[in-house]
Amino acid sequence: MASEERSSLSAGVESHRAPVPVHQFKQQNLPACKPVLTPAWVITTYFLIGVLFIPIGFISLRASMGVVEIVDRYDTECVPNSYKSDKVAYVKDMSVSKNCTRYLKVKKRMKAPIYVYYELDNYYQNHRRYVKSRNEQQLLHGLRYNSTSSCRPLELNKGLPIVPCGLVAWSLFNDSYSFSRGAEKLNVNRKNIAWQSDRDHKFGKKVHPFNFQNGTLIGGGKLDSRIPLSDQEDLIVWMRTAALPSFRKLYGRIEEDLDEDDVVIVNLLNNYNTYSFGGKKKIVLSTSSWLGGRNNFLGMTYILVGASSMFIALVFLLLHKLSWARQ
Amino acid sequence: MPGRRKKIRFSKIYTFKCKTAAAKDDHLHIGGPGFSRVVFCNEPASFEATSRNYADNYVKTTKYSPATFVPKSLFEQFRRVANFFFLVTAIVSFTPIAPYSAASSILPLSIVIGATMLKEGVEDYRRKKQDDEVNGRKVNMHQGDGSFKLCIWKELRVGDVVKVQKDEFFPADLLLLSSSYDDAICYVETMNLDGETNLKLKQSPEVTSSLHEDSSYKNFKATIKCEDPNASLYTFVGSMEVEEEKVPLSPQQLLLRDSKLRNTEFVYGAVVFTGHETKVIQNSTAPPSKRSNIERKMDKIIYFLFGVLFLIASVGSIVFGIVTKDDLHGDRMKRWYLRPDKAEIFFDPERAPEAAMYHFLTAILLYTYLIPISLYVSIEVVKVLQCVFINQDIDMYHEETDKPAYARTSNLNEELGQIHTILSDKTGTLTCNSMEFIKCSIAGTAYGRGVTEVERAMAKRLGSPLDGIKDQKKDMENKNTKPRIKGFNFEDERIMNGNWVREPHPLIIQGFLRLLAICHTAIPDKDEDTGNVTYEAESPDEAAFVIAALQLGFEFYQRTQTTVSLIELDPDTHEKVQRDYDILNVLEFNSTRKRMSVILKYEGKFLLLCKGADSVMFERLGKNGREFEEITREHVDEYADAGLRTLILAYRELTEEEYKDFNEKFKAAANAVSEDRDTMINEATELVEKDLVLIGATAVEDKLQQGVPECIDKLAQAGIKIWVLTGDKMETAINIGFACSLLRQGMKQITITLETPEIKQLEKVGEKGPIAQASKKSVMQQISEGKDLIASSKNEAFALIIDGKSLAYALEDDLKKMFLDLAVECSSVICCRSSPKQKALVTRLVKEETKKTTLAIGDGANDVGMLQEADIGIGISGVEGMQAVMSSDIAIAQFKYLERLLLVHGHWCYRRISSMICYFFYKNITFGFTLFCYEAYTTFSGQAAYNDWFLSLYNVFFTSLPVLALGVFDQDVSARFCLKFPLLYQEGVQNVLFSWRRIIGWMFNGVCTAIIIFFLCIRALEPQAFKKDGKTADMDVMGPTLYTCVVWVVNCQMAVSISYFTLIQHIFIWGGICLWYFFLLAYGALSPTISTTAYKVFIEALAPSASYWLITLCVVIAALTPYFSYKSLQMQFFPMYHGMIQWIRHDGQSEDTEYCNLVRQRSIRHTTVGIMARSLARTNPLTGSTHRRR
Repeated sequence: MASEERSSLSAGVESHRAPVPVHQFKQQNLPACKPVLTPAWVITTYFLIGVLFIPIGFISLRASMGVVEIVDRYDTECVPNSYKSDKVAYVKDMSVSKNCTRYLKVKKRMKAPIYVYYELDNYYQNHRRYVKSRNEQQLLHGLRYNSTSSCRPLELNKGLPIVPCGLVAWSLFNDSYSFSRGAEKLNVNRKNIAWQSDRDHKFGKKVHPFNFQNGTLIGGGKLDSRIPLSDQEDLIVWMRTAALPSFRKLYGRIEEDLDEDDVVIVNLLNNYNTYSFGGKKKIVLSTSSWLGGRNNFLGMTYILVGASSMFIALVFLLLHKLSWARQ
Repeated sequence: MPGRRKKIRFSKIYTFKCKTAAAKDDHLHIGGPGFSRVVFCNEPASFEATSRNYADNYVKTTKYSPATFVPKSLFEQFRRVANFFFLVTAIVSFTPIAPYSAASSILPLSIVIGATMLKEGVEDYRRKKQDDEVNGRKVNMHQGDGSFKLCIWKELRVGDVVKVQKDEFFPADLLLLSSSYDDAICYVETMNLDGETNLKLKQSPEVTSSLHEDSSYKNFKATIKCEDPNASLYTFVGSMEVEEEKVPLSPQQLLLRDSKLRNTEFVYGAVVFTGHETKVIQNSTAPPSKRSNIERKMDKIIYFLFGVLFLIASVGSIVFGIVTKDDLHGDRMKRWYLRPDKAEIFFDPERAPEAAMYHFLTAILLYTYLIPISLYVSIEVVKVLQCVFINQDIDMYHEETDKPAYARTSNLNEELGQIHTILSDKTGTLTCNSMEFIKCSIAGTAYGRGVTEVERAMAKRLGSPLDGIKDQKKDMENKNTKPRIKGFNFEDERIMNGNWVREPHPLIIQGFLRLLAICHTAIPDKDEDTGNVTYEAESPDEAAFVIAALQLGFEFYQRTQTTVSLIELDPDTHEKVQRDYDILNVLEFNSTRKRMSVILKYEGKFLLLCKGADSVMFERLGKNGREFEEITREHVDEYADAGLRTLILAYRELTEEEYKDFNEKFKAAANAVSEDRDTMINEATELVEKDLVLIGATAVEDKLQQGVPECIDKLAQAGIKIWVLTGDKMETAINIGFACSLLRQGMKQITITLETPEIKQLEKVGEKGPIAQASKKSVMQQISEGKDLIASSKNEAFALIIDGKSLAYALEDDLKKMFLDLAVECSSVICCRSSPKQKALVTRLVKEETKKTTLAIGDGANDVGMLQEADIGIGISGVEGMQAVMSSDIAIAQFKYLERLLLVHGHWCYRRISSMICYFFYKNITFGFTLFCYEAYTTFSGQAAYNDWFLSLYNVFFTSLPVLALGVFDQDVSARFCLKFPLLYQEGVQNVLFSWRRIIGWMFNGVCTAIIIFFLCIRALEPQAFKKDGKTADMDVMGPTLYTCVVWVVNCQMAVSISYFTLIQHIFIWGGICLWYFFLLAYGALSPTISTTAYKVFIEALAPSASYWLITLCVVIAALTPYFSYKSLQMQFFPMYHGMIQWIRHDGQSEDTEYCNLVRQRSIRHTTVGIMARSLARTNPLTGSTHRRR
């Protein structure tokens, strides 16, 4: 489709003075590819896109379909009936037991590793105030670093610095889950759920929580001050702020296969307050494919784009033939 | 040789010129306000002189000095609305309102400002060098001891006495003290001031005229009192006191800076005005700063984008305010994790309106990416590079004068592609200002076989319509065969080399040649060594005649006060003899007389030799002088149609009584001081200039510059209108009109003139009021008659010819609209006898009333006003005068280069700049709208989707190079095809590539692209795990993914929308994308304190994830499909003109001459001018049909 046009050099004085490419460059006469959108080329392009995209779409779709996912919303079910009208009061009331049990039926065999996620909804971790309210230096260096004004209003408590400071850490998600299959307890591996680089380079190995959640208003989870921040993977995962108001975060991995029709019993502590802003809480068990979790969107898009390319190719072919016939 | 010349008192030859009575009244003012200058000649260092503190002679044109450069150019930069806006945002970004860090917003701004300042600096440095060259010229200055020494110009002070040599420029405004001539006259060429090529005569005051020697200035003292510096070139009032004697001074004694000494060995002068106080500098107005239409439109788009910015920012703020207020109800916090109870003002629910206000600022800062910060600087860089290409174009390089094209201002390139009307000067632009004696008719026989440029062009067009190879060959041959003599292009063996003696009327031929050799005012200059004679003539026509006489065997070699000496061939003896002719009177040429005569006494007979225009000469022939009248008239008409200038030659014998009678009357008239002196002289000459005997006629070619007819033809085919504005006579202008094919037989000429009998009658009465009234009425009537004529006839070409006097009325406020309406209807317009000011006014009229782009082209100082007034001024740099070049925007060596400049470079630049701007808006809107979409998902909290540095480097790094490549290198159609299909140029004139439709289309494309990118990305990435290891995508992953897609899409969009790929395009486009990955890698490898959210994001999170790569591919294709389909459809079914040419090239039909002609002839309409139209009009009258491909 591309025709190569090499115009001959104008036989000027310049030609022997400057090397040919330089001369061509100066005279804006470089050899160039000048594609013209001919019908053949357009139709071929679209056709090729179709040929390429539809298979990719099906492959992706297959990968996604192969993922087994169990999603269970528990925020409404885990509130005792007496509190149904005022869920906020329930979650704030420290004296009430937050225990709750959920039964998840495995519809299809799930191969290890099975990833456990919590999913929050309508939760604006991407709010600018929230995102900014942390201090990377303090996370890495701890109390040695004390200009933490960005953490306001959770910078100091009773005159002492808070480690880790800021809204993000303060609002740490603190629902906890334990799983069992029948009587058999399912182990949840909660190591290696955070990014390696975060653990190694962003959260200090010698930085321990200090003065954390000691204020009058308790936000979310508390931290064990004996464990350095770099090992507090829950915190590290939480502090990677989500991009959208509805998000999943990794809780752990079950490293055993689950068979079809198994029932997984989830014992959870429904501590975290999503009731004041009407957010949902879900627990998600999911396997993964080479493409990640279950999401048909990408595969469908590929198929759609591929199909429409094919369609456009056909339309062009038709139009071309028609106009040709008319001539 | 000079000694010989010194003896001649030329003031005697010039009967009427030298003496003009100075207006006495003005001299009363001397010493008063406005006339306070006192110059102490020869003592510039005295206390009295220095205490006056007159300016030095340094002329500065630079904008900045080293000290003021930084503050002044910064100030200039921030006067631009967009730059100022970015400055404000940079300042605001230091406050907590900012959604990103201050450094990231300052870096791009400083790059942009820095680059522009660098450009300014380089330009100013160039000006400085030019200044240094001018100020460093040397002149002989009096040292106070009677000796003169070379000094540089800038050291001159008021009061210095300088000696200027022949052909030197005057370094300052000088008072002429004396010259190499006895009567202290000198000739001055003022071409740089007013563009007039004829020499002006200046004469010193009597008292100093005898100071001919260097030593005589040793004790010279004089005091000059005169007017203060002012801009008026033609007035000067002052008086000089020398040795107690007080003499009045007039402009006659003032030598102006930038004019040149001619025909005079040397002059002495006293410096009166220096440097910026000189009249010429005072007269130079600051060059108007010109901005192109596209840039003005671009400003509008920027304002529109500001509007969009404010709109979306306020939408965001309102939502943000509502949501924020909702966060806190008494004690109950809704989004408790934000701690709305303890919020600072920016997020405080209790002060939600204020928070919303602050948020508005944040949002504006965030969405500034809608407005391309680097647009202005990119455009400037691109234009400078475009200029480099224009300057380097070998096809616009004139080898003979070693002058390439030179773009002096870089910001008008794209205007070159949009020219609607060209206003051209004639002399020096269309013509070479050299007259060539080419044909003559003697005693009814036509001689001369020379071929004029027009005839050549016509022959070429008729013979082989496409290639110009043959012509070049012919030219080469011509050059090789014989050395060309300037001013002589006559070839006819019948009368050359003395063969004329064998012709039927040898005596008449002898008379003819003798007349040519005698009847003129030229001065010979014989080189003693070689024996060659050169002539200094007042006008090139005169020179052409004398040279013709010389070449034909009548060598005029010496002139004394009263005699003209020739070496001529005697027809009887066939030998060369020397003859002296006593000149008794010279009756000068002027525009009303249209003739010139010389009365001489030869062999006891009184002879009157006369040459003049046919309109005045034929009626003056005597009864017995009309022998050849008819056939001569035929010849003259023939010559005129070929665009030649004709003169009729005739003679008459006078009796002694007749002569004596005439001489008395003439002397009385010449010495008269009264107002009717001119009338008296006229009456006297009428007495003798009658009953003439016709000898023959001459035809002089006002030589067109090379390639002018072809160039005009191409420009006309491109649909550009061409107006000729000239100071010449109407006849000459019409000649040239024919010569350039602007006029042709069969074209209806509408002539508007005030040379009507009624007006002339009124002028004789001499009352101004009625004349003006009648003139205006007459002009108005002629204009409306013209309009009626046009309205009544269809499919006919009209030409409008208007003279200067009528133009003055036509340009008055109430008539100009009418005049323009008429002019626009005509195919060609010729304004003759127009003053520089009128040229500028006409230009302004066309520019302002038609709202179209105008281009003025000229070479002389008289064109300066026009050049500055027009949207683009083109100066011709081939000739000497620099004034036009200095005030032009682009200088070219020859008119013919205009074709390439407009059709190729103009078209390319227009296309490049307009595509570039559209693309710029597209890419920024794409980027800005992804930000906006993301905002909607953060309740408009002002959180950017991308890392700070991703944000700020988008414009300056990842997307800037391909745009530059587009702006500098893109070609829709190669130069060859641009020239082959001139109609392509109309794309620029009609502005189809930068129409609102197209701009909005691109913006819409940007919005769509942004939406496609954003939603595909977020839906495909969230909420599930995006990698095999079960990790989910957070903000740090989402941002770079989106960004990758944007960079890919935007760069690929570029690849899809251009159709010209050289290696450079490939490197820039794909390099831009690679650069992004490299940046991501490098930035991610820095310590997390610097790289923050981008730390190792690529190696750890993105690269190993299959979905990241799949999403990129899918998004790119999905986002480009709509545009690609649109473009394919358009190319296939509704191609634009450049598309058609691409088809032709692609289909290989470019070799099919017939088909190409078909496509090209679409550009010819009945109103088109030019050779092609002319030859077509001869063969077949064109109908207005159009041929369509497919």
